[in-house]
Amino acid sequence: MSAYAWMWVAIVAAGLLSWGIKVAGHSVPESWLENPRVHRIAAFVTVALLAALVGVQTFSSGGSLAIDARVAAVAVAAVLLWRRAPFIVVVAAAAAVAAGLRALGWG
Amino acid sequence: MARPLRNRTRQQALSVALATGAYGLSFGALSVAAGLDVWQTSALSLLVFSGGSQFAFVGVVGAGGGPFAAVVTSTFLGLRNGFYGVGLAPVLRPIRGWRRAWAAQVTIDESTAVALAQPAEDRAARQAGFWWTGVGVFVAWNAITVLGALLGSRIGDPADWGLDAAAAAAFLALVWPRLAHRRAQAVAAAAAVLALALTPVAPAGVPVLAAALVAIVAGWGHPRPEEVPE
Repeated sequence: MSAYAWMWVAIVAAGLLSWGIKVAGHSVPESWLENPRVHRIAAFVTVALLAALVGVQTFSSGGSLAIDARVAAVAVAAVLLWRRAPFIVVVAAAAAVAAGLRALGWG
Repeated sequence: MARPLRNRTRQQALSVALATGAYGLSFGALSVAAGLDVWQTSALSLLVFSGGSQFAFVGVVGAGGGPFAAVVTSTFLGLRNGFYGVGLAPVLRPIRGWRRAWAAQVTIDESTAVALAQPAEDRAARQAGFWWTGVGVFVAWNAITVLGALLGSRIGDPADWGLDAAAAAAFLALVWPRLAHRRAQAVAAAAAVLALALTPVAPAGVPVLAAALVAIVAGWGHPRPEEVPE
């Protein structure tokens, strides 16, 4: 199969798994998931994966680590989040900072 | 429920739907920048329908990870939706068949938050909050994803537009509200450091998945309940 076809398989699989998890949540008896340890781990999995994605998306470049315009962009995003700016503003500002720095020839 | 209350719930739901839908623009553009086409990007929004999972999927693909790593990462990030379903089931009961299948699909951060923000004794308001937000976000998110993908496919090198930095900022914005407590902050820091340490030595996609181990270690002990993020 081509890489394109595999990507479609992955998209449909991710969709079915995503929906399956949601249906399972609506279907299981509440008592099954009362274990507080399971709850805690699930909550921390979300934090851990998102934080890892921030790190990799900011500092990695083709399998190695790099410091470039993205670092400044993410720092600006953090300040805006701290100032409670809306999601779309944070994302657009980060893009603008990185694009601006690159247009000036840095990173 | 009283009419003013119902209107207020609906207003909350619609403003959340529009605000959330708006960042479908960045998802659409980032997905195309990662190498997916407009159809694949739309399919992700329709089928996966969970922002964090979708950003993770295209993030892994964009970083050179394989489809398998993309599916696993996206699925792990979707696990929390299962827990939302557990909390929503008593609110939506009785519900069967197609309605339940559809309720499951629109069970996400936003619909759960708006539903559970309504007074606990007003089940009708909670149901209205869930359905208006869930369906509203679904419509806005999917429509604006297409727009973002079409824009994204016209702009040449995504790095010139800072779209790689936009993806990092999107993940930061998604994790930010979950970092209220020390333990969550420690988990986030350890997960990011572990993923970066593995980046030069492990295949793309694996460093992010390995970071889930930090969550298992942190969740195994006994933090005080208020230290666990929602």
